[in-house]
Amino acid sequence: MSSDSEVINLTEIRRDTAFAESLTPVGHELKRCIQCGTCTASCPSAAFMDVTPRQMWRMANLGLADQVLHTKTMWLCTVCYECQVSCPRGIPLTEAIARLKQMAIQERIKGFKESTAFYRAFSDVMRRYGKMREMEFMVRYFMSTNLLSATGFAGMGLKMLQRGKVKPEMPQLGGEGRLDKLFDRVAELEGRR
Amino acid sequence: MKYLFYPGCSMETSALEYTTSMLGVLKTLGAEIEELENWTCCGASVGAVMSDLLGVVLPARNLALAEKAGDGRELIAGCSACYTNLRKATEAARDRASLAKINQALEVENLAFRGTVNTRHLLDVLANDFDMDTIKSHVKRPLTGLTVAPYYGCQTVRPYSPFDDHNHPTSMVRILEALGAKVHHHLHEATCCGTALLTTKPEAGFTIAGTILEASSPADCIATVCPMCHMNLDSYQDKVSKVLGKTISIPVVFLPQLMGLAFGLEESTLLFKRLMVSAKPMLERVGAAQG
Repeated sequence: MSSDSEVINLTEIRRDTAFAESLTPVGHELKRCIQCGTCTASCPSAAFMDVTPRQMWRMANLGLADQVLHTKTMWLCTVCYECQVSCPRGIPLTEAIARLKQMAIQERIKGFKESTAFYRAFSDVMRRYGKMREMEFMVRYFMSTNLLSATGFAGMGLKMLQRGKVKPEMPQLGGEGRLDKLFDRVAELEGRR
Repeated sequence: MKYLFYPGCSMETSALEYTTSMLGVLKTLGAEIEELENWTCCGASVGAVMSDLLGVVLPARNLALAEKAGDGRELIAGCSACYTNLRKATEAARDRASLAKINQALEVENLAFRGTVNTRHLLDVLANDFDMDTIKSHVKRPLTGLTVAPYYGCQTVRPYSPFDDHNHPTSMVRILEALGAKVHHHLHEATCCGTALLTTKPEAGFTIAGTILEASSPADCIATVCPMCHMNLDSYQDKVSKVLGKTISIPVVFLPQLMGLAFGLEESTLLFKRLMVSAKPMLERVGAAQG
């Protein structure tokens, strides 16, 4: 965490008052937050975040949508549900983080390519084959982020190939993907197409 | 006892040894298990990030298949992420409006979901459907002298844990003790393994995995019940050692591999040779090392 604290003048900044409501199923759950910090204390990756979970939920309740969507916080969430099961106010925090990731991907927030690329590559492979294909997923992922960083994983990849832990399979491009229909239908039902 | 089995992507590829050892152990215990036909990915941690509806429709597709094939049989998932997603879809089905929406989507697959099938984690089945005396009665090669660090990971017990505590699970203890092993308890038995961070944010991921590995290191091996946990703890120990500044080398095995070892099952079923960190020192300890 940065030791420099930033002063935000709440009367001068643009605030999205509906932001916190859009993050949970019923809508008012986050308003129950008492800033106790149990979420931060229980989070295994809090130490690597620029803004801790407790701080981020406060920002969300203040309507600082843009600032929240530009934190690293959600991308360091491993979906381990520690904060959600520990929250004394019963707020579905882990699920709210999934909503934040959805928004950041839909709004194409810049600066988190290694994270958004991970979700895109995974989703594309799943849609095409109906199942994960680790090798094609990793190739797609590194192609869309930083090919050089792939070299750090090459030794391990080779060892995994030798043990049959990843299967070398030819990509099948073209033609209908295994889950195309289902993905399209979901998009249609959610009014995304 | 008859069950349906949802393997999920990892148990078919990277964690094949988890599947083969599970099948061997369940057979020894007299259970019948049948793989769900035509299953597809549960959505992992990605479905719900693409959309709320996709996050429940992807697992619901498999549950609908299970209802069709099941005759009331329960569905076993060995992967904790699959387990969580499948249960999440069942939870969603309790709300009529949400169930109707799921079914509108599943129409394109000619499937209908009712929300009636019960998904069980493999650990739940192993720890609760069999008497520990039954497990003991099958032990041919007791794991005496072997110290095992149990590792449950996150989604095995969170957010759903109808069979164990969210933060301090104990299901593995009675099984390991029935096998004759000693249990090494540590603070990070249900701490997250770091999941995708080992790929997307390696520094954070290796530190998180390192904490668990270090806490487990007084033991001879770590027992896991999730392919993702297993991959993260087994595959990156050289990188973790660099981050921690000390050498970490501890075999990470699947719980059914240990059970199968004690039951005297063959290496062709247990597949210890597939592990990235060699299990040889640990196998030698119980007099089971080969070649």
